[in-house]
Amino acid sequence: MATPAIAGGGRPVSHGRRFLLLWLAACVVVTPLVAIFLGSAIPPGNGSEQATSQVFDNTLMLALLTPATLLVVVFLVYVLVSFRSRTTEVVDGPPIRGDSRIQVSWIAITSATVLFLAGFGTYELVQSGAGGGQGPDPAFQPPGHAKALDVQVIAQQWEFTYRYPAYGGVEVPHLVLPANTLVRLDVTSLDAIHSFWAFELGVKADANPGVDNVAYVTTKGPLTFDIHCAELCGLWHGYMFDTGQVVDSATFAGWIKKQRAYFAPVLKYLPPYAESYLPDPAKRAG
Amino acid sequence: MSAAAVEIRPPVWRRLFGFNALTAVLLGVGGWYLGWFIGHQVTGPSIDYFGDIDQNDISIFLGYFLGVGGFLIGLGFGVYPWARLRGYPPSLREKETEGVGRYFGLCTDHKVVGIQYLCGIGLFFFIGGLNAMLIRAELLSPTNHIFPPGQYLTLVGMHGTMMMGMMTSGILGPFANYFVPLMIGARRMAFPRIESLTFWLLMAAGAILTTTIFFGGFPTGWTGYEPLNDQANGGMDAYIVFFALVGISMCLLGLNMIATIVTMRAPGLTWSRLPIFCWGVVATSILNLLAAPVLIAVLAMAMLDRTAQTVFFNASGGGSPYLYQNLFWVFGHPEVYILALPGFAIVLELLPVFARKPLWGYRLAVAGLLGVTLLSFLVWQHHLFVSGINADLRPFYMLSTELISIPTGFTFICGLMTLWRGQIRFTVPMLFCLAWFFNFLIGGLSGVFLSDVPSDVTTHGSFFSMAHFHYTIMGGLVFTFFAAIYYWIPKMTGFQLNELLGKIHFWVMFLAFNSTFAPLFAVGFLGQPRRVVSYPAHLHFLNEWVSVSAFVLGASMLVFLYNFVYSLLFARIPAPANPWGSLSLEWQLPSPVPVHDFDRLPVISGEPYAYGEQGGPPIAAPAPAPAGGMS
Repeated sequence: MATPAIAGGGRPVSHGRRFLLLWLAACVVVTPLVAIFLGSAIPPGNGSEQATSQVFDNTLMLALLTPATLLVVVFLVYVLVSFRSRTTEVVDGPPIRGDSRIQVSWIAITSATVLFLAGFGTYELVQSGAGGGQGPDPAFQPPGHAKALDVQVIAQQWEFTYRYPAYGGVEVPHLVLPANTLVRLDVTSLDAIHSFWAFELGVKADANPGVDNVAYVTTKGPLTFDIHCAELCGLWHGYMFDTGQVVDSATFAGWIKKQRAYFAPVLKYLPPYAESYLPDPAKRAG
Repeated sequence: MSAAAVEIRPPVWRRLFGFNALTAVLLGVGGWYLGWFIGHQVTGPSIDYFGDIDQNDISIFLGYFLGVGGFLIGLGFGVYPWARLRGYPPSLREKETEGVGRYFGLCTDHKVVGIQYLCGIGLFFFIGGLNAMLIRAELLSPTNHIFPPGQYLTLVGMHGTMMMGMMTSGILGPFANYFVPLMIGARRMAFPRIESLTFWLLMAAGAILTTTIFFGGFPTGWTGYEPLNDQANGGMDAYIVFFALVGISMCLLGLNMIATIVTMRAPGLTWSRLPIFCWGVVATSILNLLAAPVLIAVLAMAMLDRTAQTVFFNASGGGSPYLYQNLFWVFGHPEVYILALPGFAIVLELLPVFARKPLWGYRLAVAGLLGVTLLSFLVWQHHLFVSGINADLRPFYMLSTELISIPTGFTFICGLMTLWRGQIRFTVPMLFCLAWFFNFLIGGLSGVFLSDVPSDVTTHGSFFSMAHFHYTIMGGLVFTFFAAIYYWIPKMTGFQLNELLGKIHFWVMFLAFNSTFAPLFAVGFLGQPRRVVSYPAHLHFLNEWVSVSAFVLGASMLVFLYNFVYSLLFARIPAPANPWGSLSLEWQLPSPVPVHDFDRLPVISGEPYAYGEQGGPPIAAPAPAPAGGMS
């Protein structure tokens, strides 16, 4: 058996207590640092209500998971230093086969943490839909959703286009949204599965052919944001990106008026506005 | 046996004829051309989409099927059923004493199959790893491209599919086949021919996936999502046949393991005395047996969509791409635990040996393994949080996913507490096991972000999730795969691996692994989607850093390869029968293990891992004279 190191006064060291103190000290020092510096630096940032709530989620999870990480790391370091074999010959350790107190408290603590995380995530999700795609009948709608501005996102290989049903169903190649507005994005596809990811807005919704996948986002101030396709959709998936803008409502009104005039001649060639579209009968491409 | 020993062996060139790998390859190629020919005869012009480049899905599928059939017949898998049909008596053993040749054909010795698996899977592991190097070479720059986008996607798909397909058997194939019978005191597996079949199916599958490059590759990555799957050209068929064969192999492997462990344990080896590695094998095998059939079914549907014009996944015809996603992940989530659980089992099996203590909380560890097994069937839609399907059920899947961290935590507490007050020796296998704690901790905790729906909206489909599953699978499975190699190779071959090279391999691999995948969490958080050939300019530095680290990680594998080849083929320093001083049954046998394993079947009289306990080990060396706890 490992002889415990003898401290100055000749008392045997309590490894358990020493480890717990080390861990607590590490938590007290590291957790606030992680939460303050890393947590707030975690994207997607402050571009929309949903993005802000995601940052809050991430910060809280970091603050909870940092002590868990430290528990294992400090334990490993402590154990590997204190209980390393100091002889070349093979010596057995003490035959400890378990300890029900430690087992029960470990189960209780991990269960409580997990249930809290699941409850908290559910609460955040129910509040506003969290910016994720929710299918054709969204269950978790933010307040005031009946008056949301409808924008349809149409994905196809390999670009996004956007239709504004509130403005005569005009279809435009770049996304512009008014500031401080609740927007209902209806994401759909014309061919393979894509995923509409507006990074700074904290929005991601898969685009499926024949499906209207709704995501809500509440914009804040004017902003330029990146749009990527986040689901592998074939050859040029890596180039399926775009930049969108949030502008103040006067600019938006002017912009959409100009778009309607500009695209009026082609409007009659577009299919009538629908919640989703079906691809052409099975057609293959390289 | 004695009659065969005095028989003069025919010259080498004569021994090349017969049922062996060479015949198998020849018949496989012949079968391919026969299938290809028949396919062209039965295909009407309306189905032959790729007539201009001579790619015809029916021909390709028939070619692969008949090719696999020819391959298996060439190996001799038809001989025994044919003999039985003609009334010959049943037998369980075949071709176990034919020198080196037994490694190149059907052999029912579980130890030969284990070594076949190690070399075969190792080969495809290196091909998959090479693909990863090429992917990182392409991502060195967002604008200067080495590969056109189609080739790049094929590389991504081949890397993912090869690793996810082949490494499902990465630990069960080599180590469970070799050591489960030795650990439970049996002389063979329950179904020795099926055992060999699982290996050769996997080899056929690997070869088939590699042939995808002749048909233009495939663009879907390892998930093979519809409707891109249906759009893709002939290379997609290779993916479908590959994964279906892997599924059959996994299913049979799981069946064989469960049957062996349930029915063939030595007297006295009760369930509560079973080594924890065998429990891990049972848990993984349950997943294999129940999840793989779903994969085979969904791939059969995809094949019918591609050949027989069915519309299972075609929205215009009334089908749904969601169906594919659902069925794929019903398989796909247990699949990732098929990769992770053997790693847990290896860690828990090796820690007692090198900490010189019994496994702490044996029952809790078993409960952890079985709990993960059960829960892993209930979480699959967390892969579809933003897909728009069953959005109301997201709180349930968030809960069930986070619940998995409770049984996973059992593995952690049992492993960590086994180290407490131990006499820890830092051997090479121990280093790899200790690295598992760190890697899987990071992998598991980053998974909490992905399981949380609001956070998943940003991280889903980004490099964050890619970094997460590399931490769990590469950090969890591949590190323990190497732990198992360094631990058990002396028993499997009778030779030592060089320890210094092993330590160099470990440290380079551990540091380069973290240097490769930790920055990818940041890359994902900063907005880079997975599987892209180009990325924003501000991510250039991080991507370069990751690529260079990945090359170092690749180089660490060369250190291992050198050590493996040099130690086993050139240095050949004989290993002692029990170099680690382990108390488990397999180490009590001589090295290398005799063909029939045990002269007398052992009787188990106590709990495993009796390190430091009074009265010595409960399992003494199996010997004619009963000794100690033996009878």
